[in-house]
Amino acid sequence: MMTAQPSVRPPRTPSGRTRRNAEKWSWVFMRITGPVLLILIVTHLFINLMTGDGISQIDFAFVAGKWASPLWQVWDLLMLVLALLHGGNGMRLLINDYAHHPWLRKVLHSALGIAVIGIIVLGALVIFSFDPCPVDADPSLLPSFCEDVR
Amino acid sequence: MTATAESPAVGEVKAMQVTLRILRTNPEGTDDHAPGESYWQEFQVEAHATDRVLDALHKIKWEQDGSLAFRRSCAHGVCGSDAMRINARNRLACKTLLKDLNPAKPIIVEPIKGLPVEKDLIVDMEPFFASYREIMPFLVTTGNAPTRERLQSPEDRQRFDDTTKCILCAACTTSCPVFWTDGQYFGPQAIVGAHRFIFDSRDEGQWDRLEILNDKAGVWKCRTAFNCTEACPRGIEVTKAISEVKKVLTTGEI
Repeated sequence: MMTAQPSVRPPRTPSGRTRRNAEKWSWVFMRITGPVLLILIVTHLFINLMTGDGISQIDFAFVAGKWASPLWQVWDLLMLVLALLHGGNGMRLLINDYAHHPWLRKVLHSALGIAVIGIIVLGALVIFSFDPCPVDADPSLLPSFCEDVR
Repeated sequence: MTATAESPAVGEVKAMQVTLRILRTNPEGTDDHAPGESYWQEFQVEAHATDRVLDALHKIKWEQDGSLAFRRSCAHGVCGSDAMRINARNRLACKTLLKDLNPAKPIIVEPIKGLPVEKDLIVDMEPFFASYREIMPFLVTTGNAPTRERLQSPEDRQRFDDTTKCILCAACTTSCPVFWTDGQYFGPQAIVGAHRFIFDSRDEGQWDRLEILNDKAGVWKCRTAFNCTEACPRGIEVTKAISEVKKVLTTGEI
């Protein structure tokens, strides 16, 4: 004897996505990057503003000195990439909430994507192609190790 | 036995004047207002501190303006018909005492937000019920039906006890800021309804429901604003229930 199975209609709101767990991974990503960013940014602010001479120490030489170390290159790159992806994903969710016309959604998502990728590329370029000792610069503005380079 | 004679005021509840500001809408229009236009109207009623907002609404409808439209059925907080926005919070009119609302000021009564208003305080509940139907709010089993009850241990019953209290009044869903901006979101109530079956040891349709709630408009739209938990007249911990569904989806274990 078989019991009749209830027939159920498919969900009313098809997500329009082929990746079934996309929203789940987006949520997990936000949960993980949130605390990671908190540690990265608080440490960044502490090192820059609380140690040494505080805010008055920040000049070209200070930044150049930090980026001479691979640790701070990787640190700042991580901060840049995670902050933009985390913030960009948050903005994507806001667009999904507030932009109801499909074309408006598409325009805003595209603009957001271009901005996020553009800023990551430009920022990464600055971190890795940064020259701490420009040839024509006033030596008093440069980090101390530049004297050895000349 | 002279106590009652000495203090006749014991137990007497003083009458007071209460002003209600009601957001009204008439689809057919009135002499002063166009069809479908929303406008505020104030009513003065004499009420007791122990009266509820629903009693004040009844007084208005029965004694002052019979055209005032609102839903109510049992009037005792069980049927879930009279959820409305009272002083900017979703509550049941039949469970809200006037004395708890500072009757010195006008009491503001609006229809619940996010659903289309039909007339005055009556909204179209169909989108809300459609979301509830979507998550299959019924027992799903396979195989032959047992000849007796499907038994369950008290511990298994306890897992979904909180979400069985739902009366489908829509106070939670229409307090949700995500639902206000995007009506595609299933809303807290549908997730509560799904939670009740997902965590039921007798049910076998959990993963079908979880699949539905894993959608773009499903649990991931919840931003844990906690409005739903505050609005629920039955005291269901709605945000906690939603988080439990999220946890099952991320860990894969019920």
